[in-house]
Amino acid sequence: MKAAPFRYFRAADIDEACALLAADEGARVIAGGQTLVPMMVMRLARPTRLIDINRIAALSYIRKDANGIAIGATTRQCLVERDALVATELPLLARAIPFIGHNATRARGTIGGSLANADPAAELSLIAITLDATLSYRAGGKTSHIPARDFFVGPMTTSLPAGACLTGVCFPVWLGKIGVGFHEVNARRSDFAFVSAAAQVEFGPDGKCKRIAIGVGAATDFPMRLDTAEQQLKGTALDERTVGAALREALSDFEPLSDLHASAEYRRRAADKLAARAIADACAHAQGKKTHAH
Amino acid sequence: MSAGHHRYVATNRRVREDRRFVAGKGQFVADIDLPNMKHVALVTCPYAAARIKSIDKKAALATPGVHYVLDGAELAAATLPLMTGLDTPNVPRRPLAFEVARYSGEWVAAVVADTRALAEDAAEAIEIDYEPLPFVLDAEQAIAPGASLVHEPHGSNVLLDKTFVWGEVDKDFATSPHKLSLRVKWARSSTVPIETFGVVASWDPWSDILDVYASIQMPRYTDQIGAALKIAGSSVRVHYDVDVGGSYGVKRGIKHTVLCGYLARRLGFPVRLIEDRLENMRGGDAHGPERLFDIEVAFDNDGIVRSMKMRALENVGAYAGRSPFQLGKPIGAIVGPYKIRSVQYRAMAVVTNKTTQEAVRGFGQAPTNLAIERVMDEVANVLGLDPLEVRRRNLIRSDEFPYQIPSGTTYDSGNYETVIAKVLADTSYDELKKERDRLRAEGNLAGIGIAACLEPSGGNATFEALLNPANTTSTFMDSCRINVDGLGAITATMHTTSSGQGHETLVGTVIGEVLQLDPDIIRVTRPDSLNSLPSGTPVASRMAIMLGGAAFHAAHKLKMKLTTIAAHDLGIPMERAVYERGEVYDRNAPDKRRSWMDLVAIAHRNYHRMPQDFEPGLAVEHIYQVPTGGTLPTKDGRVQMYPCFSFEFHLLLLAIDPDLGVPEILRYRLGHDCGTQINPKIVRGMTLGGIAHGIGAAFYEEFAYNDDGQLIAQTFMDYLLPSSQEVPAVDIIDHETPSPHTVLGQKGSGESGYLGAPAAIANAVNDALRPLGVSINTLPLKISKLGDLIAEAQAKKG
Amino acid sequence: MRIELEVNSVTYALDVEERTTLLDCLRDALGLKGAHAGCEHGVCGACTVLLDGVAVRSCLIFAPQAEGSAITTIEGLSPSPGELSPIQDAFCETHGMQCGYCTPAMILVAYALLADNPSPTREEIVEAISGNICRCTGYAQIVEAIALAAERIRGANRPLELRK
Repeated sequence: MKAAPFRYFRAADIDEACALLAADEGARVIAGGQTLVPMMVMRLARPTRLIDINRIAALSYIRKDANGIAIGATTRQCLVERDALVATELPLLARAIPFIGHNATRARGTIGGSLANADPAAELSLIAITLDATLSYRAGGKTSHIPARDFFVGPMTTSLPAGACLTGVCFPVWLGKIGVGFHEVNARRSDFAFVSAAAQVEFGPDGKCKRIAIGVGAATDFPMRLDTAEQQLKGTALDERTVGAALREALSDFEPLSDLHASAEYRRRAADKLAARAIADACAHAQGKKTHAH
Repeated sequence: MSAGHHRYVATNRRVREDRRFVAGKGQFVADIDLPNMKHVALVTCPYAAARIKSIDKKAALATPGVHYVLDGAELAAATLPLMTGLDTPNVPRRPLAFEVARYSGEWVAAVVADTRALAEDAAEAIEIDYEPLPFVLDAEQAIAPGASLVHEPHGSNVLLDKTFVWGEVDKDFATSPHKLSLRVKWARSSTVPIETFGVVASWDPWSDILDVYASIQMPRYTDQIGAALKIAGSSVRVHYDVDVGGSYGVKRGIKHTVLCGYLARRLGFPVRLIEDRLENMRGGDAHGPERLFDIEVAFDNDGIVRSMKMRALENVGAYAGRSPFQLGKPIGAIVGPYKIRSVQYRAMAVVTNKTTQEAVRGFGQAPTNLAIERVMDEVANVLGLDPLEVRRRNLIRSDEFPYQIPSGTTYDSGNYETVIAKVLADTSYDELKKERDRLRAEGNLAGIGIAACLEPSGGNATFEALLNPANTTSTFMDSCRINVDGLGAITATMHTTSSGQGHETLVGTVIGEVLQLDPDIIRVTRPDSLNSLPSGTPVASRMAIMLGGAAFHAAHKLKMKLTTIAAHDLGIPMERAVYERGEVYDRNAPDKRRSWMDLVAIAHRNYHRMPQDFEPGLAVEHIYQVPTGGTLPTKDGRVQMYPCFSFEFHLLLLAIDPDLGVPEILRYRLGHDCGTQINPKIVRGMTLGGIAHGIGAAFYEEFAYNDDGQLIAQTFMDYLLPSSQEVPAVDIIDHETPSPHTVLGQKGSGESGYLGAPAAIANAVNDALRPLGVSINTLPLKISKLGDLIAEAQAKKG
Repeated sequence: MRIELEVNSVTYALDVEERTTLLDCLRDALGLKGAHAGCEHGVCGACTVLLDGVAVRSCLIFAPQAEGSAITTIEGLSPSPGELSPIQDAFCETHGMQCGYCTPAMILVAYALLADNPSPTREEIVEAISGNICRCTGYAQIVEAIALAAERIRGANRPLELRK
């Protein structure tokens, strides 16, 4: 399993990377390589040029800005995992990151790499969708922004235009009393999830749900938001019955994936259960209680 | 021979091999660089079955760095087909498909280039015109009328269909108040070592020697190479000092070796093939059993099982080497540890268009144990008895050994009730049941799983003759040579490869024990095949018994030699000569002694002081035939198989998340009796590894195919190996019932844990599901399957 | 392509094909055979090396990408020829291996763990090695080796240091 030949370039900055991408249709960007390299050695991906963006310092950052927490595309997942700002401002992201692969893959894998790869089961895609993140990319000297909902369009497929390079993602921060929950089910810990669920809840002074975001991943071509459930649950106490009813309705008509690892029916049921657990965890979390050990 | 007190045996000595491994200085086949060595990559067939109409090599040969492209036609013309176990001349097996490719991933051509990467580039450029053919994937479909034939000339898809009847089966069934039948499926999984198979072959036309370095674990390897390449075995030099990165049975690599051997001879430079993971999974021919059991038992009201009928239908894949014999080996323990008094056994080996199998750890015993143990639990279930109580009522008692089972094998020794008692003394069965009930009360599904299984060990492989009457092999041997040099240094040789079993340590320990000298001063080496004595290689859980036995007897010969030389030199009769720690003294006058160095000097340099006609030097060897071996099957299919029987008793507690179907093993205890443990650390490690392997087979591992005959679990992303997170802590409780047949009372333990873990886990899962009224008898017990099963059952109930 | 790699504190000038992985470069160009190929697609972990002290899969890094980083292989862990480091010795003490194929990777992961966390719990050790597959041992004696190494290193009262 040796990759097909390619020319290697190291881009000093993002515009050089984009120029190199634009110059050759077969060019691809490499950051962490944790998903690209396996595809290359199996010759499922055969870039003619590989543009290494790991050294572009300007693409590796975690910072607070007017829109939330902005994370650069080449920021290593392990840095996000350990970051204090992320822990306090983006607890849902912090909760999900340890589920991504293994220590060794998070040591190299990047935030942008995972998002651009758009695996249906990727934790980062799920969090981006759940929190309505905004992704930024650069092409032809221009920076553009795209909401997560418009970014993921199919399995392993994004709306990133040809020749563009992802530069970062911004996660909005929720203020107030927040609770988060994240669950996934897989054959082994750290495998691709069969189904995953993320929930973030903002509680009002009356203890009721003021705002809620629920996302389900790995069950469909790209993660989905349970918009109807979110509408129904706003203003409620998020008791088990109400949550159950809302989820049942929201999940009644989606077409889950079926593959070697899990049947569609399994995914349908698991989506319901995991979403309920994630919401329950969010409630407990907000109250400072211990949550479900996965 | 009883265990007794030992100086070095049964102590926790360091394993000497570990030193080189922790430094990264193991010598694995991929570490070997020969000058001018070239690299092979394979071209594989994408169809489940296809006629190969043409192979266009032009573009490949024009690729820079490419030296040769070999196809199946050329190889078939120049070599003989690979050896098989059964007598099936119309099912030839070759390294490269010849005229017809019979499974997706089968090797069709081989490219030789300066680097592996260049070989892969060129492999992509080869254009092959295929005519897809009908194919069959399922064993039951393969034997149904109208099934497409995997090998037309053979006339059917059945390689083996043999029924044995031992004892009065019909009568026992007729007179038993109860019967129960069960279908149990062991899915296609295998050992999948982390190191793939690799071989480097180099031909020297000036000495007529083919040097072979390989990650090999295989009996008769040199025989097979020589036969296929049509050269004498004495022209094949296999280097046994290559470290093998795990094998557990499967690294037979005969097609890889014949392929590279041919290329090396044809092209005149060393040729190397290291399977990449895709080549290994799809076409390395290292898959394992895929077995469907239909088992029926006749039993009485007390749960005593009197008779068993078993049909084992094996899906061997598109070709077969020795793998169908995996239906025969379990015959030597066909009733497990139980006093079942009659058995009908039908062994069927069937070809389909799947990857070929190889010998897997246990050689068919683990699947058979699964079937037997599931049935024992179901007997308990039907009668409303406790499954452990049913085991107790059926187990052979310690005072009943040696015990002959209906198929003719005699079990050497055992004390099953004590092993079980020890486990239960450590972990109260009642407490475990209470814990299970508490978990159930909390809304979980929870179950206790037990399995009582045997590990036949020693490798008296008379199943060969049983399944193939043309095979009259009754010799199964191993060997050890010891030389003491002119300055007193001891070197022993063993004559096969190892894949982590610590054989060098084993040999040093046994020789040290006999000679009463520190094992660490005993050098153990592995000469190549031209300089070796015969060895049956590490299969069949045999090495502690066989290599240990050979080393023991060789060491005794050396001790005898030293004692004889000393007695002669001291002028005393042999009865007065006492050997102690390398020295010999006169019992009546202990000051009269000869030291080790004295004796070395006499043997090597002072012939005038030697006994009459005595061989000079201090070199000995022993070739050891398997204990209880040397007989062939009777006409009614009864024969002694392996000599020694280790015992394992698994007890575990498992919970299943009812919503998600995720299982979790909460407690795991294993009672293990393999007689004398020559090195307890090695035994423990292998048993724990076996359990992990069993967990993989039970929950995660399957070579799954889609309806187009494509292997969809072909990388480690889909073929799931247990990591440290998937293996719970296991407590092993040891007991030692020595074997009367072996030099130190040792039995084998190379397969321990693996032989019973899937059975115990399956029983635990079924116990957990029992309140829902469902059962599952197909491995792997995947989360999705469990979840679906639970949901269905809950829907019916509620 | 010409590259410079710093491996075990020595800098090497090499000429390799761009597509050569760090794993193949270490093994073939530098003769450092301790890192092993098990799957070449980043799952088994047998190819693990340390990159700036962090355990990574060398089969997923192209050699040119590793320029500018300090690479540590198993060969860099032995204090001197024939001498074992505390972690290596602990693995020998508990027999935390059998075939030895995953062992250099396990030891390097242990090294990175203990440098970061000198007193890991059993769960932390299990988690740390969960990205490395072993088919022989069932992991128990590996976990015991790492726990033993941690205990001995703590007791030795000196910092865990790479051979310079």
